Amino acid sequence: MNLPVLKAKDFESDQDVRWCPGCGDYSILAQMKKVLPEIGATQEGTVFISGIGCSSRFPYYMNTYGMHSIHGRAPAFATGLKSTRPDLSVWVITGDGDALSIGGNHFMHLLRRNVDLNIILFNNSIYGLTKGQYSPTSKVGSVTKSTPRGSIDHPLNPISIAVAAEATFVARSIDTNIKHLVATLKRAAAHKGTSFVEVYQNCNVFNDGTWDYAKNKDTKADSTVELEHGKSLVFSNGTKGIRLNGFTPEVVKLDGNVAQDDLLFHDEKIESPQLAFLLSRMRHPEFPEPIGVFRDVQRATYDDMINGQVDDAKAEKQEGELADLFAGGETWTVE
Amino acid sequence: MISVSDQFPPTNKPSESVTGVTVRLAGDSGDGMQLLGTQLTNTSALSGNDVATFPDFPAEIRAPIGTRAGVSGFQVRFSSEDIFTPGDGLDALICMNPAALVTNLVDLKKTGILIVNSDNFGKKDLKLAKLEQSPLEDGTIDGYRTIKVPMTSLTRTAVEDTGLSTKLSDRCKNFFAMGLVFWLYGRDVEPTLRFIDAKFGKKPEIAEANRLALKAGWAYGETTEAFASTYQVPAAKLPPGKYRNVMGNEALAWGLIAAAKLSGKELFLGSYPITPASDILHELSKHKNFGVRTFQAEDEIAAVCSAIGAAFGGSMAITTSSGPGIALKGEGMGLGMILELPMLIIDVQRGGPSTGLPTKTEQSDLLMAMHGRNGEAPIPVIAARSPADCFQTAIEAWQVATRYMTPVMILSDGYIANGAEPWRIPNVADLPKIKIEHPGPREDGAAFEPYTRDENLARPWAIPGTKGLMHRVGGLEKKDGSGEVSYDPDNHEHMVKTRAKKVQMAADFIDPVEVFGKESGTLVISWGGTYGSCHTAVERSIAQGIEVGHAHIRWINPFPRNLGEVIARYDRVLVPELNNGQLSLLLKNEFLVDAIGLNKIKGKPFSVGEIMKKIYEVSVAPVGAK
Repeated sequence: MNLPVLKAKDFESDQDVRWCPGCGDYSILAQMKKVLPEIGATQEGTVFISGIGCSSRFPYYMNTYGMHSIHGRAPAFATGLKSTRPDLSVWVITGDGDALSIGGNHFMHLLRRNVDLNIILFNNSIYGLTKGQYSPTSKVGSVTKSTPRGSIDHPLNPISIAVAAEATFVARSIDTNIKHLVATLKRAAAHKGTSFVEVYQNCNVFNDGTWDYAKNKDTKADSTVELEHGKSLVFSNGTKGIRLNGFTPEVVKLDGNVAQDDLLFHDEKIESPQLAFLLSRMRHPEFPEPIGVFRDVQRATYDDMINGQVDDAKAEKQEGELADLFAGGETWTVE
Repeated sequence: MISVSDQFPPTNKPSESVTGVTVRLAGDSGDGMQLLGTQLTNTSALSGNDVATFPDFPAEIRAPIGTRAGVSGFQVRFSSEDIFTPGDGLDALICMNPAALVTNLVDLKKTGILIVNSDNFGKKDLKLAKLEQSPLEDGTIDGYRTIKVPMTSLTRTAVEDTGLSTKLSDRCKNFFAMGLVFWLYGRDVEPTLRFIDAKFGKKPEIAEANRLALKAGWAYGETTEAFASTYQVPAAKLPPGKYRNVMGNEALAWGLIAAAKLSGKELFLGSYPITPASDILHELSKHKNFGVRTFQAEDEIAAVCSAIGAAFGGSMAITTSSGPGIALKGEGMGLGMILELPMLIIDVQRGGPSTGLPTKTEQSDLLMAMHGRNGEAPIPVIAARSPADCFQTAIEAWQVATRYMTPVMILSDGYIANGAEPWRIPNVADLPKIKIEHPGPREDGAAFEPYTRDENLARPWAIPGTKGLMHRVGGLEKKDGSGEVSYDPDNHEHMVKTRAKKVQMAADFIDPVEVFGKESGTLVISWGGTYGSCHTAVERSIAQGIEVGHAHIRWINPFPRNLGEVIARYDRVLVPELNNGQLSLLLKNEFLVDAIGLNKIKGKPFSVGEIMKKIYEVSVAPVGAK
């Protein structure tokens, strides 16, 4: 095995990072720089494309190719690039407002097309760059600058949407859970097709502590459950599990009256999206929230197919010649 | 085997030679009028006539049968002279039903021939057209030479032996009408017979029925006493060369393919279906063997953004749309402009605002093309002047885009997009090579500066995958040279002015405007699809002794360098436009010229007569009395 020649530092650009001190984005940036050399990425072969928002400044801080595009549209830029340059490794960096509000349409269509790239959604449930309005993932009742009497919008669930949009790889991780985040980013990079990773990211200025239940060392064991392929859902340091009651999950105590075999068994490879969807509906505080890979299945990628059609056409009809194109059909000559 | 001339014998009736004929075929949108028109056009072009067409159809795919809303028309002019428009008045009008008659009769010359399908003038047909009385009997057609032909029943009889149902038999009546028209103008039926074989080859009974209907129509003309003579239109004297017929959208697609090939690029189109631009997407998607990748995006915004992504990756990137879609692409175009990446944005204009008149033509997106982006965001704008000119326009636009590293807007319109004319097929070796250089890999470890500029103020097109040239582009203002995000006030002003200057510099590359006609008096300035009407109007006005010249501009941003001098030579400027005065506004702003507008906003092109009338009005007025 070849040891990585590049180091995390090689992926750092010369730009000063301008996120607020204490922002969860710093950790995600650090883990990304760590992951890239480990997966054998090159600086020149990697492209980060973002939309608009705090998270979308990310490309400026990476010593790779990058595009800080327009609000919500990063998936469309990335689709155009990857369709024409399948040799590149493309990452889309987005946020909850960028991907799910203004860019909801592109997000959905990128997933169903299964373009071979990775989307990292920094979910902080707030609009940070515009200084604190509620976002599409903010809970009902959220008091923000634009909702002084509390938000009345029912929130979207990013994982549910991804699964419903035919995503082939869906995962969730947490900004400060370094080990888990690194492993999840690597899994996303390894998947052929669109990989979607939701990262719980803390905005310590406008929505501080929103994910504390999943991050705090006193509560996280009880309020998250780590998904592992081929294993049953056990959490709270092995004291609790998830069992299916009909189509509904329920929390059960592992006090000797419940057999491991009765617990919900995670299979990220099954073709049907029902299990991934069911897991996505498990929300705090009724359930521990699953982190890890919800779904990882194979389907032909858009970039392979669009290039495949070009290759097939060239093989069947030969490389196009302008003179043949112009002279096709009925012509006449004027002497 | 029976030869074509046995089945379609040349006429024994007297034949009158005429220089040109304008025919309109009008019927229900399900009557096959567009097909008939296309056949007549192609056949005429193949026999050496110059041709110009004007298809006119409703926005609804199948409006209720027999209603005025459902009338579909196709106008074709074929001539032994070089022509630039599909003609003003009609020499012949073929109407398949009462609705077609009452909506089209106004355009028939008093000397013209009216041919109607008299089987379709029953009570029910009249009611559908909202008529109390038959226009064949109430005086409407008095004064016109009318030939009533029971086309439906004659077609049924002609195709009886094929055993087709009445419904299918009735569908052949457009071929009966075609046979009659072809006979009347001595057109060659062979191309149409080939067309029938190609199109209906898999359904032999339908192919046979259409052939029989065509033959019956031809024979009817020869037999009936209603027609005393036929007409011949000799071949036109076009410049020597090999020709074919092209429609505007087709020529544009081929121009794009040619530009890609000439610049050694593969083509990426991001597009969302919209009338009247979709045919460019259809045409390009057929030619994947040229390295063409077409992406039907989820919306107009994704279409332009995907194109920018492809441009960043080093492809020849294009997005196509019409007005409503271009409005949605505004933010994307602004990004493409500040990224300083080459790409083409194509607007096939239609009647606006909003959904407007989707299938009708208009020139009302000019100011949107010029200014429809937030901030100071000028981009070059070129407008094609005719269907065949779309080819050259695409190549020129890509030359400017790559030379100055900027998105370029191409304007076409519904009239050009769907209209057809003969196109002299270029010799591929004579087409310009388009040189594009991407900076190569760098090993020295120094930071790459993506906003350094060459003599054209263009920045290097460094593409991902190139070692050592890693850089970040984006919508935030960039420091000139290094490309770092910069909020420096002086740098921002400098960058705004640099990007604007680059567009102005393109005037060094484009051709100066040429003037046709007189060097003083009235100057007609036109742009886009009104070229043909304006040219012909000026030509005829000069023949009538009026002092008038014509300057047609293709590049509107920047204007040709000599346009100011040209304008200064004339006493007055007349600007005919299919909008409320958009080019006039730009000319007034740029040259402080008191341009007189001739503005038509009816979803229809100018007639030559309308422009001649205005030329006469303004030119006979004393100088200064504008």
